[in-house]
Amino acid sequence: MLTWKVGGVLLGAVFLMAVILVKPIGVSTQFVIFDGILWSTVDSSVVVEDANSKSGYASSNAYLNKSGGKYAKSVENPLNYSFVFVVAMLAGAWGSSKLRKSITKEQSEMPEIWRVNFGDSPVKRYVVAFLAGFLVLYGARLAGGCTSGHMMSGMMQTAVSGYIFAAGAFLAGIPAAILVFRKGESE
Amino acid sequence: MEKIILAIIVGGAFGFVLDRVGATNPNYIIHMLRLSKLHLMKTILLGIGFSSVLMFAGILIGLIDVAHMSVKAAYLGVFIGGIILGLGFAISGFCPGTGLTAAATGRKDAWFFILGGLVGAAAYMITYSKVASTGVLDKLLGGKATVAAIDGTNYPSLFDTMSGEVVGIVLGFVFIAIAFILPDQLRKN
Repeated sequence: MLTWKVGGVLLGAVFLMAVILVKPIGVSTQFVIFDGILWSTVDSSVVVEDANSKSGYASSNAYLNKSGGKYAKSVENPLNYSFVFVVAMLAGAWGSSKLRKSITKEQSEMPEIWRVNFGDSPVKRYVVAFLAGFLVLYGARLAGGCTSGHMMSGMMQTAVSGYIFAAGAFLAGIPAAILVFRKGESE
Repeated sequence: MEKIILAIIVGGAFGFVLDRVGATNPNYIIHMLRLSKLHLMKTILLGIGFSSVLMFAGILIGLIDVAHMSVKAAYLGVFIGGIILGLGFAISGFCPGTGLTAAATGRKDAWFFILGGLVGAAAYMITYSKVASTGVLDKLLGGKATVAAIDGTNYPSLFDTMSGEVVGIVLGFVFIAIAFILPDQLRKN
């Protein structure tokens, strides 16, 4: 793993490259786009073409329809920058993991600190991970962005919203992590 | 098509670096939040500072198009959403980006996080109108506010008379300084 100095510079370089070439990085919106793609597969009336909307698309769902139907448009055209970005991100992480020692079966089920505090049951970890995923994405959509969009891209641009988001996330996340994970694993 | 190629390059680089800095490992994220291993925190702060300094310097000398900036709106829901996200972040050790990339590196718990995330995002889509009717999405501080005024943008700012570019560079150095000052841990394991 990289030292924080090298890692920080590389991470910063990627965020900088994104702004220079296209726009700031963001991830969590694509969970909505993927949901929309699944939804419109089972019900094609969810997103329709609409010459009156700014994006040319409209949706019966108020969220997909907001801002002139820009999410509705992305649902109908998954081959857009932001969606492909996230798919490529998965490929990049996969590639990196293939170039290093792969994680053990135990690590693939749960992090060590979870095991020390809550035991070996993968099912317990999976149920909690599912519930946490629900909270994280509901919260991210309410906030209008996540760790990459609000915290990193936002504070990089001196966005006030980025600071507000980071304050909320750490004010809740730090006490929660301290209370939930009482024991550390390496004593 | 050009945009798609850029998406593959930048997205691929982002995923690669997230894995290299250890962000795909929920153990590091949990230790960061319980303040017992601050390696990732220092990495993130340095990343924000480094990119901020160079971005605003690039804008000042005309190398970076200020129109590429994209500032998100401020409203009460940003804080509430941050709190809700923070709770899930702490108990799982995943955020949206690191959950996805962790799954790609072979972590099974990350796939369950993603499934929960898709359901959570769907729940937001369904409840969006109700949430909006409570007023928590109403803009604060004029909406897409920055700390100080940035030339060539319409963003409202907290300090209108100060140069947003210079403030951005100064804050960037502050982030870098904090990254260096922060110890490796604030609490024992």
